[in-house]
Amino acid sequence: MVPPVLRLSQMERVMKTPIFAAGFLCVATVAAAETPTLNVLTYDSFVSEWGPGPAIEKAFEATCACDLVFTGAGDGAALLARLQLEGSASDADVVLGLDTSLTAQATATGLFAPHGQTVATTLPVPFDDANFLPYDWGWFAFVYDNTKLASPPTSFAELAASDLKIVIQDPRSSTPGLGLLLWVKAAYGDGASALWTDLADNVLTVTPGWSEAYGMFTDGQADMVLSYTTSPAYHLIAESDATKSAAPFTDGHYLQVEVMGKLAGSDQPALADTFLAFMLTDGVQTGLITTNWMYPAKTPAAGLPKGFETLLQPEKSLLLSATEAQSARGPALDEWRAALSQ
Amino acid sequence: MARRPVAIGALVVATLVLALILGPVPVLLARGGGTLDFADLAAMRFTLAQASLSALSSVIFAIPIARALARRRFARRDLLITLMGAPFLLPVLVVVMGVLAIFGPGGWLAKTGLPVPDLFGIQGVVLAHLFLNLPLAIRIILQGWRAIPAERTRLALSLGFDAGAHWRHLELPMLRSVLPGAVLTIFLVCLTSFTIALTLGGGPRATTIELAIYQAVRFEFDLPGAAMLALLQMGLCAVAILLVQFVTVDWAFGAGMDRPISMFPPQGWRLIVDGAVILGAGLFIALPVAAAVFRGLPGLADMPSQVWLALLRSSLTSVTAALLAVAGALMLALPVSRGARGFDVVAVLPMTASSLVLGTGLFVVIYPFVSPSTVALPLTILVNATLALPFAYRLLLPDVRAIELGYGRLAGSLGMGGWTLVRLVVLPRLQRPLGFALGVTAALSMGDLGAIALFAGEGSATLPLVIQRLMGAYQIDTAAGASLILMAGSFALFWLFDRGGRLDADV
Repeated sequence: MVPPVLRLSQMERVMKTPIFAAGFLCVATVAAAETPTLNVLTYDSFVSEWGPGPAIEKAFEATCACDLVFTGAGDGAALLARLQLEGSASDADVVLGLDTSLTAQATATGLFAPHGQTVATTLPVPFDDANFLPYDWGWFAFVYDNTKLASPPTSFAELAASDLKIVIQDPRSSTPGLGLLLWVKAAYGDGASALWTDLADNVLTVTPGWSEAYGMFTDGQADMVLSYTTSPAYHLIAESDATKSAAPFTDGHYLQVEVMGKLAGSDQPALADTFLAFMLTDGVQTGLITTNWMYPAKTPAAGLPKGFETLLQPEKSLLLSATEAQSARGPALDEWRAALSQ
Repeated sequence: MARRPVAIGALVVATLVLALILGPVPVLLARGGGTLDFADLAAMRFTLAQASLSALSSVIFAIPIARALARRRFARRDLLITLMGAPFLLPVLVVVMGVLAIFGPGGWLAKTGLPVPDLFGIQGVVLAHLFLNLPLAIRIILQGWRAIPAERTRLALSLGFDAGAHWRHLELPMLRSVLPGAVLTIFLVCLTSFTIALTLGGGPRATTIELAIYQAVRFEFDLPGAAMLALLQMGLCAVAILLVQFVTVDWAFGAGMDRPISMFPPQGWRLIVDGAVILGAGLFIALPVAAAVFRGLPGLADMPSQVWLALLRSSLTSVTAALLAVAGALMLALPVSRGARGFDVVAVLPMTASSLVLGTGLFVVIYPFVSPSTVALPLTILVNATLALPFAYRLLLPDVRAIELGYGRLAGSLGMGGWTLVRLVVLPRLQRPLGFALGVTAALSMGDLGAIALFAGEGSATLPLVIQRLMGAYQIDTAAGASLILMAGSFALFWLFDRGGRLDADV
């Protein structure tokens, strides 16, 4: 799923600023009698020591007089399966980490409650969902090594005509893989099938998840890898390595919008609402940028960290609505499988 | 009468295994009717093709290597044999990276400028499986050669057997008994392959049944469909097991005095061929491992403390799982060696199971009673022990059989049975395979991501899970370093147990 990285100290520093603390003084007075527990079901890399989870837990608990428990369950797709396994008996109050290709299916479970909040998000496209609030987002892009590839392809068609080798993720086991499927569908519509046929000889291999594909790319096995426009920022900021770039496609770039929602069966609905709002405060949003390496859903007052100005800014953003994505998924998967099985 | 306690033990183990492996299927089917479609049949075809090719090539290559190793003595031979076991004990992700680093389009071979054939496709899957399973095949077959008592080779010598006669009268009968089991074991290992088939298969044409199960559970939440696929996988395995039972010939040269083997190996060109075979096998196995080691070294510099904690957690769980697996395997092997039917099928059953269906089934059963993440480690131990049991069983059975054939009647006439027999005859004579089986199962559990990914809560992450988290966090160098630690840890466990089993032996 979305790659986070160890930047806890930076996040903790943000959490300690007076502005941040002031916003939550009111919450601190609520539950004094007994310590309530807020259970948040999320993907594994969010709760990991290198993800945003630990710092968020510390900061939220400092203000909520509650116990915030993150439970990790694989990646975004596994997360929804896990929730469906648990069903209405789930202990979870909040689910965090689905993306828009999964929200229709999530809504259909009937397990989610409307969040009832209006947030002025800074997404490049309008986003409105009664059950889900975005907390970060990114543009999918093909990442390449700019010391090895001088003129990257500028569209899927150019990529297909080239002899470049790409590594992609399997849409059946990975959310970026599914994102690519919807990207091609959104850009090419009925021509998607033909495009996949042309792309087939460029696809070096298909990996189960993002990390295997990205690892193969950094080990020099492939020319390009499906990742995010923000991936070069990790190398630039955390490793002072400017050799990675994202290729701009004139077709436009598909968005991954990561969302969170409150469960209807929650026994802490008020606390869950507070948590959803908390996730969109400047402190958390700033921390997410360099732990999840995604864009914040609501750009903090201080703006984006230095280095982000070097990133690719796609002129055209693509995003299918939740219902479009849901209905496009099956046919797109069949097209993909048919084209790549030849 | 005296054998009853052992039989009861076997029944308990068999019931547990049956419940764990078969139980999830009706649990998941209970959520609706499952069907199989055309794509599932394509997955079945590919699964069968890659598993058969992988198993046959592993065993065919292993025969000359095991033979050369069995009849030659040279400095550091023991160490070489131990090190050759390494790939089988490696975490799958490390295997993929190692194979890519040598044979991939950006690998060492490609950098030499030689024309490297395209790795991705069924050939890449078979190559990675060959790398992974060749050591297993070599060890299984080598044990066969070891089981030929020195008395028989001396007899052959005094009868003036030449190499051809030696092959016909001693080695061929041994191979006919050992090979079908080796082919079956590797076939079953490869049948449930997921990451290798997907990563090196080059695309959706390399879809295995296990991947189809993964898709059914996670993307479609089609649990009955997953259960149907799991049944299909078990059915394929059952057919393979029956076929192998049909062609396996029981074999025994009778008991020996455990003298060191004296083979008086042929010299001349055969010595050169043997040397070349051993060198070639050594390089094929060593290069990807070396690549993984080199890849991991830079990341060792600043290893986060979580990695060491996870290493400790992984070691403890895998040693516990190994003890359970080997004890269970011995329980099942004892009655089988006396001709009991049924237990042998139970002992192979876990190899046919989909670990995802197993984990999901357990989750569904446990969830109403206790939060799965609070019992993550005990569950992992249970699942790993069950999944590793067939390996322990395969490694123990030939020797348990030989003991029964060689000493069973004597023990019977002495009225010795049950635990006395186990304590006085079986355990001492099984020291070497027991140590080896413990080593293999401990290392296998150590490198397995398996069930923990479904259940892990805070503070219960094992090392493979931590590596996955590191990779998901762009920390590719640290992940490679942690993989090196995992590799070293797995290997250390294996070496300790294997060494322990060979303390009294000089071969």
